[in-house]
Amino acid sequence: MENLRYELSTTKTAGGTRAVGLVGVVASGNLEVLLERGEAPDRCVIDIATPAHGFAALWQAVTADFAARTAAGGLRITVNDGGARPDTAALRLAQGVRLMEKPE
Amino acid sequence: MRPADILSSLFPAGHQVTEAGGLLSGSGRLDPQTPVDVVGISGKTYPGVDEALALAGRILAIAERPDPSPLLFLVDSGSQRMSRRDELMGLSETLAHLAKALWRAEQAGHRTIGLLYGGSAAGAFIATALACGSLVALPGAWPEVMDLPSMARVTKLSLEVLKEKAAGTPVFAPGLDNLFATGAIAEIWDPARPLCDQLQALLAAPRDHDGRAGWGLERGGRVKAAAIARDVHRLALAHG
Amino acid sequence: MTSPSPTRHSWYEELARGRLAHLLDPGGFTEFLGPERREFSPHLGLFNLPHQLDDGIIVGSGRLDGRPVLAAAQEGRFMGGAIGEVHGAKLTGLLRAARQLKRDVLILFDTGGVRLQEANAGELAISEIIRATLEARAEGVRVVGLLGGRAGCYGGGGLIAGCCSALVISEQGRLSVSGPEVIETNKGVEEFDSRDRALVWRTMGGKHRYLIGGVDLFVDDDVAAFRAGAVAALERPAVLDQAVLVAEQARLERRLARFGDAADGAEVWARLGVPHPAAVPDLDTAAFLTIATSKREGADAAR
Repeated sequence: MENLRYELSTTKTAGGTRAVGLVGVVASGNLEVLLERGEAPDRCVIDIATPAHGFAALWQAVTADFAARTAAGGLRITVNDGGARPDTAALRLAQGVRLMEKPE
Repeated sequence: MRPADILSSLFPAGHQVTEAGGLLSGSGRLDPQTPVDVVGISGKTYPGVDEALALAGRILAIAERPDPSPLLFLVDSGSQRMSRRDELMGLSETLAHLAKALWRAEQAGHRTIGLLYGGSAAGAFIATALACGSLVALPGAWPEVMDLPSMARVTKLSLEVLKEKAAGTPVFAPGLDNLFATGAIAEIWDPARPLCDQLQALLAAPRDHDGRAGWGLERGGRVKAAAIARDVHRLALAHG
Repeated sequence: MTSPSPTRHSWYEELARGRLAHLLDPGGFTEFLGPERREFSPHLGLFNLPHQLDDGIIVGSGRLDGRPVLAAAQEGRFMGGAIGEVHGAKLTGLLRAARQLKRDVLILFDTGGVRLQEANAGELAISEIIRATLEARAEGVRVVGLLGGRAGCYGGGGLIAGCCSALVISEQGRLSVSGPEVIETNKGVEEFDSRDRALVWRTMGGKHRYLIGGVDLFVDDDVAAFRAGAVAALERPAVLDQAVLVAEQARLERRLARFGDAADGAEVWARLGVPHPAAVPDLDTAAFLTIATSKREGADAAR
């Protein structure tokens, strides 16, 4: 397994009050994303575990894009990848933040 | 040890156990005051719906008797029989019924002791040996979930790679040591000592609720199960 | 297979979490050892396989039609719903709590059986789950199985299902111990062609299991239908005593005597008196139930 960590600056803090959110499943072409709060309001930390080695550059790009576009400040995000494509990963991250913003 | 030798060592006061169609049936005496019912699968028979029903019927008849004689289940089987007919007739349901019959015998006061002396695999293992209140084994027994070559095929790994991985953990590969380490087997008996003494000692010890996860923790083969089950149990009780 | 109606919410297509969310009364589900607790399998790294934070099963407490229940849902998309050390232990703990609380349990099965990478732990977990299920039923607890997921209910999962007090199945559901591929690998394609989907369903699929009395309720592939089925199943008795087991012995012996030499599911249905047995797979739920109700073997609580 390859373990990657990205510590990203964000301009906007994640909304909502949910403490925990989960989207996706670990399956071929898919991934699970766990979102928790507790980071500084202008910071987002993303930990990724993936069985596919050598794709750090892609994950770097996906996470950087996510942090730049999304109000993700304060979130600690844990990803277990089942072998998803970058666009699926981006989708799940966005879905995760929307879930965190939803009232409980 | 062969079945005849096992029975002689278990029942010095006499026994009468017959074999038919790969199934054992009969009784023995641990001592003149202690009769023991005997059922079993022998000769590496693969139990299908017919065998499972025959065994269950016998076990339920024993369960119905009010005397609290122990029930010994001797095991040398393959896996469950794999056939279209057995699945069509509901082998999963029938094996579950066999497991329930064993549980019922235990509930009714007949302690069920599984004695694994040969093979046992997959669904047959769950419905027979593992469904007994206590499970012991003799050295040379060969319990498994699935043989390594089949596992290699299913997991798409080479047999060599799988064997390498198996060297580092008891959690998946076949064999008595691994099933002992993970908590399946209460005791491995010593064939050099009379089996009746070892059975007497087992029967004298208090019957436990399911201690197998605890053994897995003590022996290092299955170290998370006990705590996880306990945590969920407590959380559910606390939630109310 | 019959095609879905526009208002149907497919159980088969749903994730485990979605099934639970829509099966149970809204807003009241409390998960035990959820993903944020990070109690996942310690065994998958050896195989360079990813873990899932809930280890492929969600367990918790909720309500069904106002009635408190404990519930477990297997995620068939994670490793085929296969049962490993943690996954199995979560269900064991839930069933032990059910016994103590005298609380009914719903198990949403979606499993290929034991997880091979942790085979010994999975096998033991299944035995522990069976024991905990029977201990709970001894206290009058109902343990209801819902079968309709992608992975089916195979292997040790099939044995656990056989210990439930009532089973609800859809056409998509499959219930057996040896799966089609395993039979073919061991006995050859003549014995079982695992790629013959129609054969798989005639042998171990929901309609056959319902007709032969291996399950109690047959419902549409629809979350609302499973909900109604679960409510009905919870009304059935849970008692598991000598009389029930003797009755089960009798019905299984009768089944074998009646059908044991049948070559195929369709022949079994013909002997049951089902008209046009070859057409059974094409019948929609309503048409199927109309015929099945009068012709099927029932378990009549001998389970």
